Amino acid sequence: MIDLTTLTIASARKSLDKKEFSAVDLAESYLAEIQKKNSDIHAYLEIYDDVIGQAKEADEKIKRGETLSLLGIPFAIKDNILIKGKKSGSSSKILEGYVGTYDATVIKKLKEAGAILLGRTNMDEFALGGSTENSAYGPTKNPYNLARVSGGTSGGSAASVASSMALVAIGSDTGGSVRQPSSFCGVVGLKPTYGAVSRYGLMAATSSFDQIGPIGKTVSDVETVFNVIKGEDPLDSTSLSAGFYGENKMKPTISIGVPWDLVNQDGIDRKVLENFKESVKKLEILGFEVKDISIPSIKYCIALYYIINFAEVSSNLARFDGVKYGLHLDGKNLLEDYTLTRGQGFGKEARRRIILGTYVLSAGYYDAYYGKAQIARAVFRKEFSKAFSEVDLVLTPTAPTPPWIVGEKNDPLSMYLEDIFTVTANIVGLPAISLPSGFLNIREKDLPAGIQFMASHGREDLLFSVGKKFLGE
Amino acid sequence: MITKDDIKKLADLARIEVGDKEAESMISEIGPILGYIDQIKNISGEETVEAADHRNVLREDKVIHTPGEYTEDLLSSAPHREGNYLKVKKILG
Repeated sequence: MIDLTTLTIASARKSLDKKEFSAVDLAESYLAEIQKKNSDIHAYLEIYDDVIGQAKEADEKIKRGETLSLLGIPFAIKDNILIKGKKSGSSSKILEGYVGTYDATVIKKLKEAGAILLGRTNMDEFALGGSTENSAYGPTKNPYNLARVSGGTSGGSAASVASSMALVAIGSDTGGSVRQPSSFCGVVGLKPTYGAVSRYGLMAATSSFDQIGPIGKTVSDVETVFNVIKGEDPLDSTSLSAGFYGENKMKPTISIGVPWDLVNQDGIDRKVLENFKESVKKLEILGFEVKDISIPSIKYCIALYYIINFAEVSSNLARFDGVKYGLHLDGKNLLEDYTLTRGQGFGKEARRRIILGTYVLSAGYYDAYYGKAQIARAVFRKEFSKAFSEVDLVLTPTAPTPPWIVGEKNDPLSMYLEDIFTVTANIVGLPAISLPSGFLNIREKDLPAGIQFMASHGREDLLFSVGKKFLGE
Repeated sequence: MITKDDIKKLADLARIEVGDKEAESMISEIGPILGYIDQIKNISGEETVEAADHRNVLREDKVIHTPGEYTEDLLSSAPHREGNYLKVKKILG
């Protein structure tokens, strides 16, 4: 028996190389967990039929003495990342049955590093949401409490790692979609610097925010995966060369800033706040200097985020027309083909955001919303570059509330407000990590809590350093 | 205040069929969202918009694939095709 709950990439790699177990043994252990748990948790939409075949290939390589960094390591992949020859559908009916025609760059890199791809994970349709409740295939449940949400949009990926149905997972983060489900499921999730990881083969939600990021049980696992998937890619012109932001020099002391104005405001759950204050204390005991910082415009982050999100989502989802791929519904003429296919193929939240995006981009409103949001974005960047001249990291809770009960939040605005701490990193393009910070006792049950660190562009190294100290790695 | 007609008009522009009932229910969902994002008008800043740290990336405009290399893969996803063309309904009367 392999103890999957304590397994890390490093320990698994060591055992594989020492032949304590084979890649096939490891893959079979995960498949057995999936068999046991997935029908309850619903993290995976599909398990690939060639998992054992992939593991056999890995064993061959191990036998030949190859030591790739992810050789034999089982991964879960979010349903919006293309794998050649495998179904990929962003948990949307409009892409039901769609098969990837090429490998996304992250997939190519994972395969080259020897990773085993177990299956594709559930998500909010087209990465629009925060709980996976917007999936056309039903929500992913929280492994700690099946009545509650896993978070989202990469809820399936986070839940698969938390329940030992994958060793590590890949998600995408547009406004917190890697970090918030990681927090809700008690695991580590990284949103890299905008441009650090190629998005070639990732279905676009909000192109100026989207980043692909790893989810794992430890900071070291997340760091290992990040080091494999990062790098400039000619197929994604927003990807940046190594050292684009200059050479990273580790400092003898790392200072942390907390925007207390934001953290202390109404609407933040009392238990979340208590847990956060304990985490701050723990960091101080660990020797970090923690101080209050002011980022005056941060209170507008949700408004700013959603204006740009609506605008870009409505543009990006225009490509789904029932002509080139995916669902096609037949109307009287071509126009009706479009309206029927899109009307019935997209779920409620996708339709709502397309309409909102069309509104904020329409003549007469463009300057008031989208134009203003772009100005606000520049203001944000300035305020953050000032903040990072005073501190090395910015600390907040990852989410303002514990994971909610499935179906509990039915008005869209209250769902949007859940993103208050996570959207800023996407707006400014900063790297950010969510770390498990213990548990919140809610109605006699323990639910995971999380804290988030943001660093300046290109400083994932600081996030890993503080993260390992915080988690005692 | 957004009206049902506004929502129907936007849905038309976005090529999405939205029924009367859904348009009606969207008023109460979209209204508060627009009310909330309206606070963006309180932010003041320079009228010049910076393009982050990103820069234009140029490359040679040259063919790097063999002709037809991906044609079958891509066209096999199409709901309707005729030979190597995507097939749609007649557009001009």
